[in-house]
Amino acid sequence: MLDKILFLLCLASALADERCMPDTPHGFQVRLSIKTALGDEAYAWNENEMFLFRATLAFAMRNHMTGQQFNVSNIVVCDETERVSFWFIVTSPLDTSQLIDQENVEAAIRRSRNRINSAFLLTDKTLEFVDILPTLGTPYVHPTPPWLIAFGVVMGAVGAGIIIMLVSSAVQKKLKTNKKPQDKDEDDEEETRVKTMENGVARDGVYNMSFSEDERFTAM
Amino acid sequence: MNLRKLKLPNPGLDDRIPTHAQLEVMEKEEAGDRPKWDNKAQYLLTCVGFCVGLGNVWRFPYLCQSHGGGAFMIPFLILLVLEGIPLLHLEFAIGQRLRKGSAGAWRSINPYLTGIGIASMFVSFLVGMYYNTIMAWIMWYLFNSFQSPLPWSQCPLNANKTGYVEECTRSSTVDYFWYRETLNTSTAIDESGGLQWWIVLALVVAWSLLYVCYIRGIETSGKAVYITSTLPYLVLTIFLIRGLTLKGSVEGIKFLFTPDVNELMNPQTWLDAGAQVFFSFSLAFGGLISFSSYNSVHNNCEQDAVLVSIINGCTSVYAATVIYSIIGFRAMENFDNCMSDNILKLINAFNYAENSITESNYNEAVNYLNQTNPDVFQGLDLQTCDMQTFLSQGVEGTGLAFIVFTEAIINMPISPLWAVLFFIMLFCLALSSMFGNIEGVVVPLQDLRLLPRSWPKEVFSGLTCLVSFALGLIFAQRSGNYWLALFDNFAGSIPLLVIGFCEMFAVVYIYGVDRFNKDIEFMIGHKPNIFWQATWRVISPLIMIVILVFYFVTQVTKNLTYLVWDQEAEEFPTLAARAFPSWIYVIIVILAGIPSLVIPIFALFKFIQRKCCKKEKKADFSVETISAKIIMDDKTKF
Repeated sequence: MLDKILFLLCLASALADERCMPDTPHGFQVRLSIKTALGDEAYAWNENEMFLFRATLAFAMRNHMTGQQFNVSNIVVCDETERVSFWFIVTSPLDTSQLIDQENVEAAIRRSRNRINSAFLLTDKTLEFVDILPTLGTPYVHPTPPWLIAFGVVMGAVGAGIIIMLVSSAVQKKLKTNKKPQDKDEDDEEETRVKTMENGVARDGVYNMSFSEDERFTAM
Repeated sequence: MNLRKLKLPNPGLDDRIPTHAQLEVMEKEEAGDRPKWDNKAQYLLTCVGFCVGLGNVWRFPYLCQSHGGGAFMIPFLILLVLEGIPLLHLEFAIGQRLRKGSAGAWRSINPYLTGIGIASMFVSFLVGMYYNTIMAWIMWYLFNSFQSPLPWSQCPLNANKTGYVEECTRSSTVDYFWYRETLNTSTAIDESGGLQWWIVLALVVAWSLLYVCYIRGIETSGKAVYITSTLPYLVLTIFLIRGLTLKGSVEGIKFLFTPDVNELMNPQTWLDAGAQVFFSFSLAFGGLISFSSYNSVHNNCEQDAVLVSIINGCTSVYAATVIYSIIGFRAMENFDNCMSDNILKLINAFNYAENSITESNYNEAVNYLNQTNPDVFQGLDLQTCDMQTFLSQGVEGTGLAFIVFTEAIINMPISPLWAVLFFIMLFCLALSSMFGNIEGVVVPLQDLRLLPRSWPKEVFSGLTCLVSFALGLIFAQRSGNYWLALFDNFAGSIPLLVIGFCEMFAVVYIYGVDRFNKDIEFMIGHKPNIFWQATWRVISPLIMIVILVFYFVTQVTKNLTYLVWDQEAEEFPTLAARAFPSWIYVIIVILAGIPSLVIPIFALFKFIQRKCCKKEKKADFSVETISAKIIMDDKTKF
């Protein structure tokens, strides 16, 4: 009995090993760039991390294919390299000889991509599932383009400036033309405001033109 | 024939210009409503602002780097001293002496020479049109800098939302933002493509800003220059400090200044240096003559000329240092990205651990892998990463500001801040130059009495801005960029050289250099020394003729092509060269020919006018009085 169980186990593991290989049509290659992402705070890649990976992937599969209880043992990993890259395949929890097809695995990974990334403190770029393209984040679209706001502010200020300048020059001109007629009126009057010297003291007097001896205009 | 006494006959000169005694009276009376500077600083800042423009930032560094770096300083400095300073002194002195703008000044010297003033006006108008369009582009980028992330750092998604727009991925985010989202450029100059409303809005802002600053002439622009002429220096210093702390900046500066003495043997180097000095000093626009005419008569114009020239030269070198420190940073970024891409490809393909291949052992690793696994290696398609190539991607003109520099900015932390600072600096540089341009248009308009004199200055400047804006809408089309390059190459080059040469000739040989010397002695107290005599009479005109002839010959002989942004072209994303359609040659002749030919044509016109009206003129003589000559009120005799 024990021999049979042992033989079956060996067969099963051998079968699993055969199905998981580089360029397998049933699985994917994963590449982690931990040092690029985390620099000095990079953790070392060891068995425990690999366990976490298999657990996270099992979680992703459970999320996608509801009802099926995927386990860590359903995620088979092989061809680990120094790079920290490896291949994996997913076996069905109901029947370990059956493999889950690529489309399902891909869909599961896409769905839980964020959770998988955060488990390892990595991003779409540094935790790379080869041949699974990351979905592009939509760039933020502003409700009003910010440049229109800046434009409005500047145009408002400039417009106000122009109006102020034009109005102030018009007002200045009006003041000037108002002053000139006043000056002319004063000239027409027969008196000029003159400081007269009387007894050595300057006094503001009114010079009465009609009694002036030195005429401004000589008689022709 | 004594060469020193060479002078063409110029009858009636004394009747047209105020004498020294009259100038003294005018000085004391402060008569007339001619505008005046509030203080010397305003005048100097305005002149420096006019001279220091976008060319100092994006033309000089390129010339310096492409013509042998530090060695370029030699022809630049020599020609600055022999060509720039004498011409500048000449314009300052003639403006201060004759107390009129360019059109009035040349008409005073001799009515046949009014053509020079009119040519200056035309050139100022054409250059002002396209220069303000560049200011509109700068404003567009400035308005777009008030957001994070900056719009030129990302590609937009395509219609299906499956990926990024192809044009953007094939070129780069900054290229895409400039050629597609800003200019929306067409593929040929004859495909006009209609007006782009956002560029029209930017043009409205640019012209309105110019109008509000110049609304009352130098009364308002003189206040504006306190900021527009000084802010660029502040921003340049900030960028220098920021740049020097970035990785790669020192490589950039070293690349700029590494001298290649062989370039001195290349005549093109000297030609470019001479042209750069001439255009950089904003000579022959008429604006400088105008600005100097508002000075007091005894202002020391000699000192001013030397000072402004030195400031202009130093600014060029300073700006070049700053620009190339940032270009060095960008080159280093590109180099690092290139290397890390290659290294990633290698370790992915051969499954090496991270950090096993670094920059230091990159070459050994590459050689080893090429020998051991040549097929896999070739299939990787690694790019060559060469720092020198990245550094010499230095561009000039709008490409430098809107593509190369913006790319560097998005790699700096707090990008929007640096973008705002950079575009405010460019805006100030452009605006202060525009003050000189618009002065060169508005004042001749007033002097030539083409419009009623009773109209206030606000109307003159408003009309100029409006007409320039309306005609400048050509540049808001999809093909606007190509039109601008056309204007820049032809309207702003040969006519200026022609006018500059005519100015020198007119002052030295028609006005008379002896009279000019006496004038300067009267104004500043001592006669100009032998350096000025030699340069005014012989050296500078000679240099001008040489540059003019060579420039003309190179323009005429080369196949006229322009660069287009065409997605279908093979060399995309590099610009493709296209030949001009034949009707463009007519436009070119109009742009370059009309301002230059106005000078002889107007002289001819005046000659014919004199001949046919000679009989009437004999009967009409006027009483010579001082009051008629001194401008006592609005009514002038000229």
